[in-house]
Amino acid sequence: MTATAIGTSLADLVAIALFIYGLHELNSPATARRGNRFAMAGMAIALVSILVATSAVGWWAVAIGVAIGAIVGIYAALKVKMTAMPQMVALYNGAGGGAAALIAVVQFFIASSNELDPVVAVSLVLSAIIGSISFAGSIIAFLKLQEVMTGRPVTYPGQQIVNAAVLVAILGLAGWFVATLGTLPAWAFLTLLGAALLLGLLFVLPIGGADMPVVISLLNSFTGVAVAIAGFELDSTLLIICGALVGASGTILTIAMSKAMNRPLTNVLFGAFGAAGGIEPATAGGGPQQIRSTSADDVAVMLAYASKVIFVPGYGMAVAQAQHSVKALADQLEKRGVKVLYAIHPVAGRMPGHMNVLLAEANVPYNQLLDMEDVNPEFPTAEVALVVGANDVTNPAARNVVTSPIYGMPILDVDKASNVVVLKRSMRSGFAGIENPLYEMPNTSMLFGDAKASVDSLTAAVKAL
Amino acid sequence: MTDVAHLIELLTVLLLAVFVGFEVISKVPTTLHTPLMSATNAIHGIVLAGAIVAVARLFGGSAGGALTILAIAAVTLGAINVFGGFAVTERMLQMFKRKEPGK
Repeated sequence: MTATAIGTSLADLVAIALFIYGLHELNSPATARRGNRFAMAGMAIALVSILVATSAVGWWAVAIGVAIGAIVGIYAALKVKMTAMPQMVALYNGAGGGAAALIAVVQFFIASSNELDPVVAVSLVLSAIIGSISFAGSIIAFLKLQEVMTGRPVTYPGQQIVNAAVLVAILGLAGWFVATLGTLPAWAFLTLLGAALLLGLLFVLPIGGADMPVVISLLNSFTGVAVAIAGFELDSTLLIICGALVGASGTILTIAMSKAMNRPLTNVLFGAFGAAGGIEPATAGGGPQQIRSTSADDVAVMLAYASKVIFVPGYGMAVAQAQHSVKALADQLEKRGVKVLYAIHPVAGRMPGHMNVLLAEANVPYNQLLDMEDVNPEFPTAEVALVVGANDVTNPAARNVVTSPIYGMPILDVDKASNVVVLKRSMRSGFAGIENPLYEMPNTSMLFGDAKASVDSLTAAVKAL
Repeated sequence: MTDVAHLIELLTVLLLAVFVGFEVISKVPTTLHTPLMSATNAIHGIVLAGAIVAVARLFGGSAGGALTILAIAAVTLGAINVFGGFAVTERMLQMFKRKEPGK
């Protein structure tokens, strides 16, 4: 081992320690920022180390790529609205997957029909496939979240058969690749890539907006796996460890999200949840008649003289950008001595922790944000539960209607509060396309309108009291 | 020929990293799940190091042309992943504040 090789290996070791310690520091909001800094330092060390190890061969190509990537990445990161964070994370994730796939492509052509080492052959083809799936899947997730295309599940007859056929083609070509140790014709390898991209696209298309937290977590773990496998391809423990950390993280989040919806992952991925009847309840004329509509002034009185109010934010709050207004209302109430809590369902919004980030942006202290298990015992003693743009996660049908598609999903027990006020644009059903019996309950009243406008008028009304 | 001993070493590293990952990540509170995602996103940006290796191998040999563009694209994507991921995580974490006493 040369002195340089020893130096760069030690640098990698330091980088790995910084990554793991950085992730460890994410276990509390108080230390999380420091953790991110540790990970950044680790990344800087690892990148300098790799430049030294490769003697910066082709440095100008690296410089061009890094310059473009850094400008685009940082600019987007600083500009993006907090409400658009899910699609931003999806894009960055896709970038990582795409990079892993492109590395495999470059490696394949460098080898130019020379036999690869078996380990390299297997890992090259796997990172190409998984990276491509992650790339294409993330792009579709981005387009759905950005509402460039419909957030509803896209389904067509024979969908599963098409997906299966594509998967079989991928496996066949991958088998061919490994059997020939990467000496198969270039067209076959490119077809393999195309098929993997297609599969990524096809697998995210039928997944509805409400299931996005699961998909984003899963794609995150895919990219992690692709990077870990690229580590085998390039013989880099650094890539293997980083990829494994991310793979583990994505897997934990995926499992947590599936659990929060009480649906097995296969159902989320292949169920096309909310596809059937997703649109028609929105326009159905014979909607429930028993709902009570209320006015901002009435709700303001209710809120102002309560001792405890629980806010229940959902995706509607994100869409209306109402987080700052919500915080302003909470401030008014707290001034009057009302105890304000926030109930955060694990799958509220479009990615894990989505609501927490939005409320943090509005300066809500994180110790007021309560998880489902912690907040549910609080509802029976709360005078008002104020639902701001949440729907399915408050649906009591999940508790007692065995035939409901969301039966068994753990929900926020808003209906146990003395009064429930639901801020809602219209009587449209949630993304899952399911009627919510909460709206017809005697202690529920509806305040129709844009979430932000409604909250603002509540704040004004409370102030005027 | 494949160096089996080396392969097993790498697999051992992988296995241990997976266990460490599960241990460390499962302690992250739900409040921080979005920053966790974007931080891990940034960490898989280490793929940039892989892209740099690919560039070096490419330029070490005779190949070029269209492949150069692909290699630069790989570096660009990796860099977007790293810089964007860390920047956005930093921005989010700045917002997480504890309730100030007396407020």
